[in-house]
Amino acid sequence: MASITVTVDGVTYSDEVEPRLLLVHYLRERLGKTGTPVGCDTSNCGACTVHMNGVSVKSCAVLAVQADGTEITTIEGLGNGEWHPLQEAFKAEHALQCGYCTPGMIMAAADLLRSNPRPSDEEIRDGLEGNLCRCTGYENIVRAVRRAAETGVTP
Amino acid sequence: MTTDTQAAAPELGKARLRKEDDRLLAGQTTWTDNIILPGLLHMCFVRSPFAHARITSVDVSAAREMPGVIAAFSGADFADEQASLPCGWPVTEDIIVPPHPPMATDEVRYVGEAVAVVIARDRYEAADAIAAVDVNYEPLPPVLDMRAALEEGSPKVHEAGNKCYVWPFVQGDIDAAFRDAPVVVERTYRQQRLIPCAMEPRAVVASWVAGEVTLWSSTQIPHVLRFALGAFFGIPEQNIRVIAPDVGGGFGSKLQVTAEEVLAVLVARKLGRPVKWTESRSEGNLTVHHGRDQWQRIRVAADRDGRIRGLDVDLLADMGAYLMLVTPGVPLLGAFMYPAIYKMDAYSFKCTGVFTTKMPTDAYRGAGRPEATFAIERIMDELAVELGMDPLELRERNWIKHEEFPYTTIATLVYDSGNYEAATARATELFGYDELRAEQQRRRESGDPVQLGIGISTFTEMCGLAPSRVVGSLRYGVGGWENATVRVLATGKVEVVTGSSAHGQGHETAWSQIVADKLGVPFEDIRVLHGDTQVSAKGMDTYGSRSLTVGGIALVGACEKVIDKAKRVAAHLMEASENDLEFTDGRLHVRGDPEQGRTIQEIALATFTAHNFPDGVEPSLDSEHTYDPENFSFPHGTHLCATEVDTETGRVTIRSYVAVDDVGKVVNPLIVEGQVHGGIVQGIAQALYEEAVYDDDGNLLTTTLADYLIPSAADVPSITTDRTETPATTNPLGVKGVGEAGTIASTPAVVNAIVDALRPMGIRDVPMPCTPERVWQAIQSARDTGAGQNGGGQ
Repeated sequence: MASITVTVDGVTYSDEVEPRLLLVHYLRERLGKTGTPVGCDTSNCGACTVHMNGVSVKSCAVLAVQADGTEITTIEGLGNGEWHPLQEAFKAEHALQCGYCTPGMIMAAADLLRSNPRPSDEEIRDGLEGNLCRCTGYENIVRAVRRAAETGVTP
Repeated sequence: MTTDTQAAAPELGKARLRKEDDRLLAGQTTWTDNIILPGLLHMCFVRSPFAHARITSVDVSAAREMPGVIAAFSGADFADEQASLPCGWPVTEDIIVPPHPPMATDEVRYVGEAVAVVIARDRYEAADAIAAVDVNYEPLPPVLDMRAALEEGSPKVHEAGNKCYVWPFVQGDIDAAFRDAPVVVERTYRQQRLIPCAMEPRAVVASWVAGEVTLWSSTQIPHVLRFALGAFFGIPEQNIRVIAPDVGGGFGSKLQVTAEEVLAVLVARKLGRPVKWTESRSEGNLTVHHGRDQWQRIRVAADRDGRIRGLDVDLLADMGAYLMLVTPGVPLLGAFMYPAIYKMDAYSFKCTGVFTTKMPTDAYRGAGRPEATFAIERIMDELAVELGMDPLELRERNWIKHEEFPYTTIATLVYDSGNYEAATARATELFGYDELRAEQQRRRESGDPVQLGIGISTFTEMCGLAPSRVVGSLRYGVGGWENATVRVLATGKVEVVTGSSAHGQGHETAWSQIVADKLGVPFEDIRVLHGDTQVSAKGMDTYGSRSLTVGGIALVGACEKVIDKAKRVAAHLMEASENDLEFTDGRLHVRGDPEQGRTIQEIALATFTAHNFPDGVEPSLDSEHTYDPENFSFPHGTHLCATEVDTETGRVTIRSYVAVDDVGKVVNPLIVEGQVHGGIVQGIAQALYEEAVYDDDGNLLTTTLADYLIPSAADVPSITTDRTETPATTNPLGVKGVGEAGTIASTPAVVNAIVDALRPMGIRDVPMPCTPERVWQAIQSARDTGAGQNGGGQ
């Protein structure tokens, strides 16, 4: 067992964890943060994307012990109690259907807009390459990210 | 309490933002894997590493000693109770339906088949203990190729043989159609095996309390699942509750009664504790039913002027190792669609179902119709080349004209409505068809290494499953109706209960729009309940683009019954005759006097108090309606795709994609467009990227999303969509389905465009998925054989 201290969506937790415990399982099963789902086991789909110290990571490819001392933001904490512009934009553009990829897609898009606040459509598509969606065909996801960029996203 | 009359703009056709989205966007969703019950245990399965083997022993004793392990079982431990997973569509009288135990006991027939289960305190411990289960196998020869499987002397998947069934269907004089036909074109196409890959992996939670079982499952079909558990596994139906909480996509893959669902129920009963199982993606790619996998031989006979005389289709369809819920019926859904939008004198269809030692196939978005549409739309292009005609002109010469509806096709379907001319005219205009053809010609003449291709798909499909009588005549196991209940609450708010179980389609929004329109209550005042058999007792669930065309019409029927009941109350309150009342904008009033009258909310309150109520009338407006459709619905459209094919690298780029769909009247254009986008990309994925690959030993090589290539945003084009609107005449909303149309239409549009680009090189097919390697190989072999005529693309 290893001791870790992690801040998740503004709350600090200290826990004993198995060294092999994945961050996503720590979030979901130890902290009850089930807003972040798991879509694959090879870090291809991006459904589990969260921010670690402000940068997007796939939480199925990070061990909980690697998150020791970091600040994690999930979809549940993204807007600090308000709707984040990306959440607004995803709704306005009908950029989700089943919604399973949506938390990861939004977290990845937030990181994309942090590094490139005014991306072209092509840059949006390339920037979200690591997040798979089976429902939308991505058309409305691209529109939503463009819309959020236009309304201005503060990192 | 509100007594407002709602007379807002019509709800039907409004681009309402979805009610579902707030919880999905906030991460407040209830996926099955999120569910935790007191004392919950986790299951993990030991699965066969062999495609075909006899099980000689299973020893779970060491696993039982592992830390945290509560129990471990082999198939033999369930021998008396696990019965056989049901096949609900035995398509012929003499079909072979082999036993399909949820957990193998004697023999395994595909890699991934469950042979033992370990139950532990948490999922890591359960996974650890898997390694301690000792299974001995005696390998048997795998059966991997459908054609070889049918040969004399092939190893057998099941003792009864590899030929599962033969289903013929002949209409008209097919011999006469082909005899002396001036033009006959024959092609063989391969529908590769696909993996549905809904983003949410399957998950199950089962709990028994005092003889009653609750099963949460990531399923499309809670009602059918409940029925199956009751009918085939000896659990009294009234003691079964199935809940489909938030479900992260299905695409047919969750239209199934799975081994894991049944075993979760049996394990929970054995242990007296709730159990959960959540698959990993790799486990899911192995064991979620696959889709497609057919060989299609198709022949078309035509006159020199392009008129089609007859069509002859011969299919081999891979069933995989067992027949699951609708495995044998999937190709038959295609049987009626090969003639598509075209008129002809005769049609012959034959499907041979074949067993192999692979994961069973079953419904995947479109289920039979994408395969049929692919083959007919591909061969229409080939026929056009043979005749020296523009492929659009050939289609137009043969399609059913808009003034000819209703039209009985050669496949005996009655298409109620359609306007192929209008959809095609709009699509060619948006696409710039003539300009692109001119550019194609220029590039061919200049020998541009990047050639331009134009692909056409003028598709229709049959959906809205289904008239019960019709599917009954095809030996389908259940009906095709749908059920809805409207409850008018005391405060005038409305609860809608639907038997159609949503998993991303937007029922909560669309159903609210229908009720708002029919009852004149505000959109916001309506709540839609679904996906729990204790809440919605009756339902046939969601597949085959049936929700709106069947479930939506059931809802209209329930609303009409509410108004009928309200009319009696209003007549009493207003001391008027029922016959003099009419209902407009949420108000019952005397005909010609819309200002007076009672709102539906006022009537709801009067019904709740029942203080002043007509004699002999029950004080309730609540109404239930079960609707059985009189016909399928037939959405159609014209999809046009322009591809750029690099003849030096084989790389295909979709330059533009135009889709003009006609889905009849539209309830919510946002939802319709979203379905079209997603459907098209799933069809593009079949054309360009996806294939389930087994090696020569029967191991699945595409178990991960690194190997099975679901396209990302960077891999697919932006799509231009538009609609024409030809209302369905067989239902009161005039709606047709939209859930599968895009997938059905897009695959042939893309492949036609690729082949069109390479046509001058003598290439007339590229097998799917059309990867750069395959395109490049097709170019090389065409060059080697000197097949090209005018040297396009050097």
